[in-house]
Amino acid sequence: MDKIVCTCGNVNPAGTLLCESCGRPLNKETEDKKLVDMRYEGSARRSQTYNKTIIDKVWNFFSSVKVGVWLIIIILVAASIGTILPQVFYVPATSEVDIAAYYERIYGTFGTLYYELGLSDLYSSWWFQALVGMLGISLIIASLDRVIPLYKSLKKQKTKRHFSFLKRQRIYGIGNIENGEESIKKAEEKLKTMRYNVKREGNALLAERGRFSRWGPYVNHLGLILFLFGVMLRALPGFYVDETMWLREGERLYIPETNGYFLESKEFIYETYSKEESEEVYGDAIDRVGVIAKNYQTNVALYKGPEGAVAGHLEDLTFEKEAAIQVNKPLKFDNFSVFQMDFRLDELASMTFQLQDKETAESFGEFTINLSDPQPVYELSNGSKVEILDYYADFTGFEEGVPQSQSPLPNNPAFLVKMYTPEFPNGETSFVMIKETLEPLGENKHKIAFQSVETRDVSGLTIRKDLTLPILMLGGLIFMIGVAQGSYWNHRRIWIQQLEDGQVVIAAHTNKNWLSILRDMDTVSELANLPKYEDQQDEDSKADKEEGV
Amino acid sequence: MMVEVSSTLLFIAFVAYLVATFLFGGAVKGSSSKASKSFERWGKLAITVTIIGFVSNIGYFITRWIAAGHAPVSNLFEFTTAFGMLVVGAFILIYFIYRIPALGLFALPIAIIIIGYASMFPREITPLIPALKSYWLTVHVITAALGEAILAISAVAGLIYLLKNIDMTKKSKSRFWIEAVMYVVVLVLGFIAATTTFTLADYKVEFNYVNKEEQVLTMEYNVPPIFGMNESEAITENAMQPLMEMPPLVNAKKLSVVTWSVIFGTVLYILLRLIFRKRIASVLQPFTKKVNSQFMDEIGYRSVLIGFPVFTLGALIFAMIWAHEAWSRFWGWDPKEVWALITWLFYAAFLHLRLSKGWEGKKSAWLALIGFIIIMFNLIAVNLIIAGLHSYA
Repeated sequence: MDKIVCTCGNVNPAGTLLCESCGRPLNKETEDKKLVDMRYEGSARRSQTYNKTIIDKVWNFFSSVKVGVWLIIIILVAASIGTILPQVFYVPATSEVDIAAYYERIYGTFGTLYYELGLSDLYSSWWFQALVGMLGISLIIASLDRVIPLYKSLKKQKTKRHFSFLKRQRIYGIGNIENGEESIKKAEEKLKTMRYNVKREGNALLAERGRFSRWGPYVNHLGLILFLFGVMLRALPGFYVDETMWLREGERLYIPETNGYFLESKEFIYETYSKEESEEVYGDAIDRVGVIAKNYQTNVALYKGPEGAVAGHLEDLTFEKEAAIQVNKPLKFDNFSVFQMDFRLDELASMTFQLQDKETAESFGEFTINLSDPQPVYELSNGSKVEILDYYADFTGFEEGVPQSQSPLPNNPAFLVKMYTPEFPNGETSFVMIKETLEPLGENKHKIAFQSVETRDVSGLTIRKDLTLPILMLGGLIFMIGVAQGSYWNHRRIWIQQLEDGQVVIAAHTNKNWLSILRDMDTVSELANLPKYEDQQDEDSKADKEEGV
Repeated sequence: MMVEVSSTLLFIAFVAYLVATFLFGGAVKGSSSKASKSFERWGKLAITVTIIGFVSNIGYFITRWIAAGHAPVSNLFEFTTAFGMLVVGAFILIYFIYRIPALGLFALPIAIIIIGYASMFPREITPLIPALKSYWLTVHVITAALGEAILAISAVAGLIYLLKNIDMTKKSKSRFWIEAVMYVVVLVLGFIAATTTFTLADYKVEFNYVNKEEQVLTMEYNVPPIFGMNESEAITENAMQPLMEMPPLVNAKKLSVVTWSVIFGTVLYILLRLIFRKRIASVLQPFTKKVNSQFMDEIGYRSVLIGFPVFTLGALIFAMIWAHEAWSRFWGWDPKEVWALITWLFYAAFLHLRLSKGWEGKKSAWLALIGFIIIMFNLIAVNLIIAGLHSYA
């Protein structure tokens, strides 16, 4: 495409609106406007120059701020829809069938519809992720499309601007003053003390400050891109681990995905606030709400096995450290964190029974079943023994005569046992449950009598490794730097020029914060006796002046 | 002891804000330039009283902090009160940049309503549950609330801009919607009036009901039950029978409170209309007459510019760091998190529309108002309606 040669001799890229060098409007449309549009300095952007190939069209689509804003709005609306009902990961069900049933049971027809439309898992849906991906692409392309031409034109800008550029600035004034040259000189000195970067070219002056704030948006977009990149990295193997484990008091288990670490629970602690400790301050709240939790804590010991150790191999462990895992205080080691997430109090640990004669209650000995590791046979005194034929940890009843267990957790243990006594060397069969015994093969002379039980608490722990965190943190940091740079500083420019006919022109532009630049100008103007100027966009002040207020 | 001092200081702050509102009204009224010296004096007095109130408000915050042993931002009353306080703080900051009294006339009543709204919730000091025991509670919540408070000032500026620039003599969409905003503000007053009335009357009735998990539970109503819970049965003798029973999904108690607020608010609104014989927006319009629209537009934009980075830091970045410590993941699509993201996206759209599409003036002012509505939605509705990890109150 053709370059545009300005009257001043500068060769501008095609699509430029304001000459990069002197600022003259380069087409009729720009010339017709009362004020120039200073966004991107009127420079030529790729998206406005080329529109031929597919690449051009894709580029133009994503470089558009309009498209970007639409993407933001669509994501915003979609995200809000996902908060109407709880998402699947907050629903107490795991299988698809149970989840569907849950939405129907709790939320009725609307719940079913919500689930069927996939809104219950909206944030991991392909279309939501595609939208976020498109926004990411838009961030990259829109930034590239603007930052390069903006950089070039700010670098090329001349101190001496054409009158047609100056008179189209929002703040503008012109007039005859007594000693133009001296006024400009005074203004130059004053502006320098006000931390402006002042350049002179003959009878023209350009004072500029805070240009770096123009790069703020591009810096913060870079931060966002880095952040999204970090989030994407999580999908790669090795970067991200998210596991859970249930650990019982006294148990020592392999920590999933950790390559050789083992964790032992010494104790789980659950505390609530008591009125005694702080009656005066918390008394009312405890009265109103009831029980308020104070602490969930698992005291653990961490062990490391030899390289490549796996679950079940508890030999050769070396002790690493002891720790107290609390909510907000995870255990950290080797890029991993272990979090206190959940607990179950008083799970059955072991049960102690006695083999008895039903009538005389004569004892043949006691035995204790460790519920997480029941032995096949318990030998008692005088050759008596109890054989465990089958163990149902979470017994729920019989289905067609077969005992059922709904989970491996010892919530309701039941045993099918054979009792051997000197009197019955071939054994008697009994089905032992809590508080009840069945005799499936006819009446027995002996029974298993329940003696005592021991319980222990279970800690629900989450194991997390996230190697993308440093990238996310860096992205966040760069975003904050960029957004502060663009928001808390602003780019101010003041042009002062004596025209050939002796009149002095003063014009100013800032990308934000017009009140401050006007104050700056007032200070300079008072000292250097410059012509009067006004904000050409401020209708209220003009109206006030006309009314004579 | 400390708790009582703290309550007294909050009350002083509340009264000071009320007085300052009237003083700002005095500073704004009148249009002749001759009297401008006297108005300047009104303005000075008004900002002084505001600062006294703010100092007292901070006194409340510090004494309560000492009494509780943690930053007083851990339940709905404490957070909302802190938010109201920070709105005043943000106003003071912006006032010293622009010195526009009209801003105080509108910002202070909004802070007053926020604090009034806050005090309708249980006010006792609650001990921290394990998830909240972290210094990030202080850092995250205060930064997020400060960001939201600064953003709220942009809505105040937007409101003033619109009141000044909407033609109230001709029927238009703008005129309708600005009055709708006024009506919603009156509804909040209605909530405060209804809650206060029934609290003073010591109204209390109990019902048994069946929840969605088919358990029988008890619900205590503090307002007359317009709507009944699912299969509810009165426990209290001679209790008013609910006019209508709701399915188990709906919390009929909250629905009754909302309905009473609407009734009280609407009656209040009708009374105001009868007294003034004008739209509320038209009643307020003269107070904005002397305001410079260009400056209002700039204040609206500038407070978004100042508030947006603070909000990002507090409500997203600090939030993520804490979420990673407490809940093991930095982001979990909890409703409160999502709405913070929505707020952030909305203001990002606001900035892009302004910078690239030239949305200034009226459009920008409307957006600032919508932004404030989103913030209030996240504060009120997400806590009260949508259950999630953040519903502590």
